[in-house]
Amino acid sequence: MNFPILSFLTFFPLVGVIFILLRRGSDEVVERSSKTISILVSIINFIVSLFLWSKFDQSISGFQFVEETKWIKNFVSYKMGIDGISIFLVLLTTFISPLCIFAAINSLKKRIKEFLIAILIMQTFMIGVFCALDLFLFFLFFEGGLIPMFLIIGIWGGERRVYSALKFFLYTFLGSIFMLIAIIAIYWNMNTLDLVKLMGSKIPENLQYWMWIGFFISLAVKLPMWPVHTWLPDAHVEAPTPGSVILAAILLKISGYGFIRFSLGLFPIASHYFANFVFVLSVVAIVYASLVALMQTDMKKLIAYSSVAHMGYVTIGIFSFTKQGIDGAIFQMISHGLISSSLFLCVGVLYDRVHSRLIQDYSGVVNIMPKFALVFVFSSLANVGLPGTSGFVGEFLTLIGTFKVNYIVSIFAATGVILSAAYSLWLCKRVVFGEFKVNNHGEKLLDLDLTEIAILFMLMILTILFGVYPNLILEPISSSVDLIVKNLGAVK
Amino acid sequence: MLYLILFLPLLGSFISAFFYKKIGEKSCQIITSAFIVIGAILSSIILLETIKTGKNYEYPILNWITSGSLKLHWSIYVDSLTAVMLVVVNSVSALVHIYSIGYMSHDPHKPRFMSYLSLFTFMMLSLITADNFLQLFFGWEGVGLASYLLIGFWFKKESANNASMKAFIVNRVGDLGLLIAMFLIFKTFGTLNFGEVFSQAADQSKNSIKIFGGEYNLITTICIFLFIGAMGKSAQILLHTWLPDAMEGPTPVSALIHAATMVTAGVFLVARCSPLFEYSQYALNLVAFVGATTAIFAASVAIVQTDIKRIIAYSTCSQLGYMFFAAGMGAYNVAIFHLFTHAFFKALLFLGAGSVIHAFHDEQNIEKMGGVWKKIPLTYALMLIGTLALTGFPLLAGFYSKDAIIESAYFSKSLFAGYAFVIGVTTAFITSIYSWRLVFKTFHGKYNNSMSFEKVHESGPVMIIPLILLAVGAIFSGYVFHEIFIGENTKFWGKAIFFLKQTAHGHPPLWLMILIPTLVIFAIPLSFILFLKRKDIVEGFVNNNKPFYNFLLKKWYFDELYDLIFVKSFRGIGNFLWQRGDVKTIDAYGPDGLAKVVKNLSDRASRVQSGYLYHYATVILIGLILIISFLIIL
Repeated sequence: MNFPILSFLTFFPLVGVIFILLRRGSDEVVERSSKTISILVSIINFIVSLFLWSKFDQSISGFQFVEETKWIKNFVSYKMGIDGISIFLVLLTTFISPLCIFAAINSLKKRIKEFLIAILIMQTFMIGVFCALDLFLFFLFFEGGLIPMFLIIGIWGGERRVYSALKFFLYTFLGSIFMLIAIIAIYWNMNTLDLVKLMGSKIPENLQYWMWIGFFISLAVKLPMWPVHTWLPDAHVEAPTPGSVILAAILLKISGYGFIRFSLGLFPIASHYFANFVFVLSVVAIVYASLVALMQTDMKKLIAYSSVAHMGYVTIGIFSFTKQGIDGAIFQMISHGLISSSLFLCVGVLYDRVHSRLIQDYSGVVNIMPKFALVFVFSSLANVGLPGTSGFVGEFLTLIGTFKVNYIVSIFAATGVILSAAYSLWLCKRVVFGEFKVNNHGEKLLDLDLTEIAILFMLMILTILFGVYPNLILEPISSSVDLIVKNLGAVK
Repeated sequence: MLYLILFLPLLGSFISAFFYKKIGEKSCQIITSAFIVIGAILSSIILLETIKTGKNYEYPILNWITSGSLKLHWSIYVDSLTAVMLVVVNSVSALVHIYSIGYMSHDPHKPRFMSYLSLFTFMMLSLITADNFLQLFFGWEGVGLASYLLIGFWFKKESANNASMKAFIVNRVGDLGLLIAMFLIFKTFGTLNFGEVFSQAADQSKNSIKIFGGEYNLITTICIFLFIGAMGKSAQILLHTWLPDAMEGPTPVSALIHAATMVTAGVFLVARCSPLFEYSQYALNLVAFVGATTAIFAASVAIVQTDIKRIIAYSTCSQLGYMFFAAGMGAYNVAIFHLFTHAFFKALLFLGAGSVIHAFHDEQNIEKMGGVWKKIPLTYALMLIGTLALTGFPLLAGFYSKDAIIESAYFSKSLFAGYAFVIGVTTAFITSIYSWRLVFKTFHGKYNNSMSFEKVHESGPVMIIPLILLAVGAIFSGYVFHEIFIGENTKFWGKAIFFLKQTAHGHPPLWLMILIPTLVIFAIPLSFILFLKRKDIVEGFVNNNKPFYNFLLKKWYFDELYDLIFVKSFRGIGNFLWQRGDVKTIDAYGPDGLAKVVKNLSDRASRVQSGYLYHYATVILIGLILIISFLIIL
């Protein structure tokens, strides 16, 4: 039997958690060893995932590295596997997690051990979500991820953390119920929850519509789509920086993945039927969220709204059912994972020093922190989708794919190009440029330290790398996307 | 060789940005400048080679985006059109680099400045060497980025920050047009590579496309969107508002980006896409109309401005208008020729203006200058050459190109030919007036500055030598190249520029050949009288026509209008959506509303659990009665 590499990736962080819990001694010792363990675990996990990438066969369109064992007889099997669509999301998770751990160690002051445990558990759930090939298993990971995130916001959050955590939980949990119902219904009708089998067999058309709606509600909340997006700005504002990063970089991507995997993969007829509906919601999201972002006074809220807008590109790309659109959507997810992480980390850098997220409290930061200014302006421009950065490739592909199917949607969505420039550059102008003035209470403002430089420059380099040579991602995902597009074309 | 031309600036930019602490400011300046000078020399070799042999170069570098049928790569493609642009970009850029060493000598951020300049050069080069629309777009946005960074170079100045933001955002409006054009091309042609697109143009020319309920010719639609992109970058009327504000940047930047190279990218785009434009007379008419209108609009504004750089900026805007209307007449080669000559004399004027500003210690208002021509004779002489070339004084560069443009309008039979011709002649006259106004107010008359006269000083050789080289270009570039570029039997353009029908040639009548030089020369004494000897005439005119004067002074009120329509309203909408949409509607009825309802219900439920026995007893009793009666009724 082959080495169960996916299970290893998924559960190794949990092993790390056990180690941390087993450590005894004075608080200081425990804290230090918990730091070491979590760093080690997350880095090993990242290396293993790189190994996974190197072994990944991009000519296969189906699932690879499949592991299967019976779990609950005739009901649930423990089945894991990845294909072109999920591999980079797994890599994104294993890449972002150590960054978050470093950022947490660098900036958090209280309960570090518990926080690291939460992040590691989170990592297990996130990797599991992308690897699970059984609907029940998927749902477990999907829901499980809520708990550590809920705790991260609720415990380490800002002043209104309880409100935000509850709002986050209520929203996503309510959404999930519909997915659960849909999964149960699928089981009653199809007698299996095995994704591969389900994709092979055709789900009856009238059932597809209802199942699609069930999945859609749940995924739309998590993406988030307009109008169920309002939990995101609040959650981001209150979450500590590493929490925001995980939320933006990985948690939001589950929905995009879910749309491709389930909505398109299992309910192709219904997807065609509802495509225009999704288009409308996405375009509203892009324009609406961009306009709202323009007027934000809180940096994190601004970036959160910008995330909503960027996720809009993902959904129009997916529901264009074109090769370019879906390629672009996957690419946009990875790219947004990198760029939004970088932006949230930047805000975190400022917050650590000045303890304010309000734009009006800053001005001319570049005078004191030139390195920071470089990263911040760069990330903003990548967020705007400047060609040469990964942000551009994603936007361009989704838009050009969508244009083939529905030019009006594409043109309206493309206005986001102007609006994103407006809110991002305005943010830069107010925070970074101008005469130096910061409303801090006497603390000294220091430029980035080494850890911050390492993290942020790494993100920056990847953003450029994927912008200049996006085929690094586009080629491996190609055959899996082709398969989906083919299946979708077949039912039309 | 081409790799060197393209990547040396990038390397220079990188070194200057990240290693300036190791190697020092001086070496940064030298390295970046040297790299571009090498590039300029190599480009000239390539241009000569192209003139001689007509050879095209094509080097693929790297795959870029591969997604289904969409296959794009990074590559270097050089034909005669690109070769001309290479020389323009690299030579002006090299001179500006050198000039900046002197101009920025008191600035604390020299390496950053040089780095931005080199970055700009790289982006511009990748724009002109593109062989597909997307790489062109990469360069297109890239120069926008460099322009954004350079306009906002003095980041402490509020006005500079606003200007840089405005430039980027207004440009993005144009870029949206270009994006949509690319989407259309990909949808209908199935590719974005120039060669493949252009070879299909003839077949597609009869096809139409349905957009927004109407049915339009496909090529026309594409060309119009392409042209919207060109309008943004080249500051044509409606999308021009960013260019004058862009003068907030350091003067070398204005010379390089906002006169010689970046702003001409739109003209380059139209010339590059001539195989498409040729199949759409409608689009060409639009180009001609917009170009001509911009030419006279900008000239009319230039005549009343007092900021030396803004005058030249509006002049640039107006000359770009000339280029476009030449292109709109189908005379792309003439447009490129004017682009070529204009690059020299406009860069000369800007850098000369920089030298003047330097001499006056950062004074930009021409009303506060005057009488210094003896004090800074070199600058004065060079500015004179630039002015003469710009106005089209016989035998200087502008004379050849501008006359050719007006002639192209004269011979053309297109819809707006008459309109363009009249505007072309009028604008040539206005151009003369405002140019000489600038010269007379700056250098002649009474010294009019609070700074002591003694402090006015000539610039050093680092600044003057590039000016002299540009002056050589401004004098000779027209004479030397006009046969090659726009001669009747020139084979130079080969396939680079496509003419569906031969542009009308012929010998212009004598009166036309005399008219323009006469107007131009007549303008010199006229402005001498108006702006030096008899200022009262102008003042009287201004006082009698206050509204008209203000209309010009306020640049036809475009900025105020846009501020009202776009900036204010978008902020209002944003706020409305946030407060009314998110907070008061979605949240109020969604999660918070739900929470309130649940809380309300649970409050009521908890009130039931009062703890009093008799309450519970009553409830049990009522329940019992209800159940029993229910059973009985059944």
